[in-house]
Amino acid sequence: MPGLTVTEAITIRKERRLPLPGRVLVAVSEAVSAEDVVAATELPGSVHTVNVAHDLNVNGDEVPRLMLKAEGDPVKAQEPIAEYKALWGIFHAVSRSPATGTIENISAATGQVLVRGPSLPVELTAYVDGTAVEILGEEGVIVECRGALLQGIIGIGGEARGKLAVMVESPDQRLTAERIAEDCTGKVLVGGSLVTLEALERAREAGAVGVIVGGIDAAVLDELLGERLGVAITGQEEVGLTLIITEGFGELPMAQRSFKLLEAHEGQHASLNGATQIRAGVIRPEVVIPNPDVEAAPAELTATELKVGSPVRLIRDPHFGLLGTVTALPEEPQQIATESLVRVARVQTEDGRELTIPRANIELIQE
Amino acid sequence: MKLEEINVILATDCGSTTTKAILIAREGDEYRLQVRGEAPTTVEAPYEDVTVGVRNAITEVEELSGRRLLDDNGRLIQPATPTEGTDVYVSTSSAGGGLQVAVVGLVRRMTGESAQRAALGAGAIVMDVLALDDGRLPHQRIERLRQLRPDMILISGGVDGGEERRVVAMAELVAAAKPRTRLGARFKLPAIYAGNVEARPRIAEALDEASALTMVDNLRPTLEQENLGPARAEIQEEFLRHVMSQAPGYSELMDWVDADIMPTPAAVGDIIQQIARDQEINIIGVDIGGATTDVFSVFDGTFNRTVSANLGMSYSVANVVAESGLDNVLRWLERDIDASNLDNRIRNKMIRPTTVPQWLEGLKLEQAIAREALRLAFEQHKLLATGLKGVQQERDIAQAFEQTRAGEQTLVDMMRLDMLVGSGGTLSHAPRRVQAAILLIDAFAPEGITRLAVDSIFMMPQLGVLAQVHPEAARQVFLRDCLVRLGTCIAPAGQGQPGKTCVAVTFTDTGERIEVPTGQLVRIDLAEETIREVTVDPVRRYDVGAGRGRAVRTQIEGGVVGLIIDTRGRPLQLPEDPAARREAAGAWAQAVDLYPD
Repeated sequence: MPGLTVTEAITIRKERRLPLPGRVLVAVSEAVSAEDVVAATELPGSVHTVNVAHDLNVNGDEVPRLMLKAEGDPVKAQEPIAEYKALWGIFHAVSRSPATGTIENISAATGQVLVRGPSLPVELTAYVDGTAVEILGEEGVIVECRGALLQGIIGIGGEARGKLAVMVESPDQRLTAERIAEDCTGKVLVGGSLVTLEALERAREAGAVGVIVGGIDAAVLDELLGERLGVAITGQEEVGLTLIITEGFGELPMAQRSFKLLEAHEGQHASLNGATQIRAGVIRPEVVIPNPDVEAAPAELTATELKVGSPVRLIRDPHFGLLGTVTALPEEPQQIATESLVRVARVQTEDGRELTIPRANIELIQE
Repeated sequence: MKLEEINVILATDCGSTTTKAILIAREGDEYRLQVRGEAPTTVEAPYEDVTVGVRNAITEVEELSGRRLLDDNGRLIQPATPTEGTDVYVSTSSAGGGLQVAVVGLVRRMTGESAQRAALGAGAIVMDVLALDDGRLPHQRIERLRQLRPDMILISGGVDGGEERRVVAMAELVAAAKPRTRLGARFKLPAIYAGNVEARPRIAEALDEASALTMVDNLRPTLEQENLGPARAEIQEEFLRHVMSQAPGYSELMDWVDADIMPTPAAVGDIIQQIARDQEINIIGVDIGGATTDVFSVFDGTFNRTVSANLGMSYSVANVVAESGLDNVLRWLERDIDASNLDNRIRNKMIRPTTVPQWLEGLKLEQAIAREALRLAFEQHKLLATGLKGVQQERDIAQAFEQTRAGEQTLVDMMRLDMLVGSGGTLSHAPRRVQAAILLIDAFAPEGITRLAVDSIFMMPQLGVLAQVHPEAARQVFLRDCLVRLGTCIAPAGQGQPGKTCVAVTFTDTGERIEVPTGQLVRIDLAEETIREVTVDPVRRYDVGAGRGRAVRTQIEGGVVGLIIDTRGRPLQLPEDPAARREAAGAWAQAVDLYPD
């Protein structure tokens, strides 16, 4: 059962890994703040192929001896890299580099030369305020921090950091454009049950870096993305802010516990990441609020055992979003309305109904 | 151990979400399924050890069967005694997203496509096909290769003794990309070269440093010939050597098994091919999962497999609707649903993929989406399951006028299909078996006379790998416990006027004659293991296999659903008017007793 973590005090370890080996800029036990660069590398530049054999009108195997540059030599755009002269210069052809970079490879087999453009520097920040606890060779570092953690169900956009600003009075209120002030520079806005498209646009214009809210209409999300979201693998979107949905699609009040947690930290810095991957290797979007003063439990999987009395949320239509308490857990599978034989739970909902629900359609709410 | 001494067999399939274990035992002369257990797969954090999930699934088997299989140290007890242990243990795996391969060829629709078929046949997911004519610039291909992070690269190109320079140029591009593997940044990416044999020395020069290179026979030695066997075998070998051995816990699992661990789809492909061979039939198999849908076909002995990576019923459910369009989903329903609410419902299934439909309307919607997922996956399969492209073939005048380019026609011929087998949760676990039958008929639109079956509890993967060690045990369990015979579908191809007679079916033994008008679905009880001889006599506009208006005398097989006569026409056309369409959908559902009242 995919219980999402919502906790005031936890030890969080973040692996900060470069795409390619490079330099790690911090040492073990060093304190880091979220914006600090902890590792850096250079990604190889893009590669351009030059058909030198064709340019010079010669066979591929003649190319190496006609080269003016050797492998590893730097070249400038339009600089000659190979030349062919015959009959005292009557026949003369030159091959030029299409870009600035270095000669990567000269192939006698194909007569082609690869020119690699300048490398691209990549800098990796700590993402959270904390301490470097482990160096991953030349590839990165593990940063540990204590604080509050809230996992969402799905997010959009990558890493962001800003001050939490709660825009609604209660978790069942919608986040509409009217609730958003003109200047929200660097803020992470917290809404209630639903965010409208107008509110998202307004938030972006006002300079907000993130929005955390209970629900969103599928159509609004598609509008924001400019395409239909087909699979829940996200994090690379560039929509101007990071969006974290805590409950699901449709109008769904944010869970009390999540809302209270965000409210309690209003004005504090939060690090958030919308990256989601709902399949093998599941990744949930998250909000991290570092707080070095809390007594944190180690970062481990919390037990999510369903018991009589467990507070639960129903996560499948026709009762999607309803909250309740487990009143019985019959051992034997039972036949439900679809005629399927499944294991069920009896749930007393907040509106007083007693329902029989497949256990697969129940989510434990962590206390 | 001699085959005849094997009494107990344990087999597991480590899927990306669930690890399934089955226990088979000999009862007298035959092998039968005893019990099945399952547990969540544990390849990911916090466990990061596949054997934890395997042990949990085996523990469930122990509880259900009363047979102790693991000793106090958690090791398998081997060989079996009358009360303990197992003689043989085998396993398949698709955990961690299966086997992901990037394909490089020269011409996309020739060597590129042959290489793609080789990789798919080996049970892989093809991430991308890079070729000279893929419309990308060289640096874009390099970028793409770098971005992909496959488990391995398959490079093909050129017939033997032919084009060499451009194949080497493609290999140089691969080297320039310095591609990385998905699982371990410190390992060299396995690359398999299966192109022009004469280019081998120069390929080695280009790739030796950048990859762990192996070479096999050219998969396209001449334009007219495809030789996929060696490349497929090497892909599976590399899968074990590099991919599996680096996945968490697999080195231990590899010690346990009595036959190599196979990629799950490769095992399913093997069992499908075995049925086709044994019964000398043309067959289509489909496995609809949460994230992907695999389609397998064997026509005239030629095997093809495709995987539609983003067509599935949970993780990919929203993508099915995005690709098919909401209207195509709704056309299968007898009642209108509020579309805005529907969009949210479907997305909620995507983000909470393990939920199940709990009311009838939810089940109907899920089965409507499943029809579209199956239909789209089958469309993709037909496009790839073709004859060899780039081959000169003689064409007659009629073909030339029809503008069909020889070699591009799909090998899939629904009229000549003998058997359609469904597998995967949506089909295997449909509350009524007739629902699985109708889903298969609606999505695949079989023509003429076709047998239908489903995998009872999705154990084709385990039986596929078991067939490597004990083909007879695998065959017996497959026929007796795995394959649920649904019955036979008679579907005349052609179009006619609604209400007018389409086809008449006469049972030879009793003389009973059933006449069915155009535009109907009819279900007739015909018990399992019953074989009856019939004459199927279509009217002039329709064909059931012998040509328009010609009768066919044949034997049909019964099943848990029976005989379904489908006179809705082929291609399958539903009424265009929404009200008429809904009415028809309701009438068809009622005619075959599809849902409870």
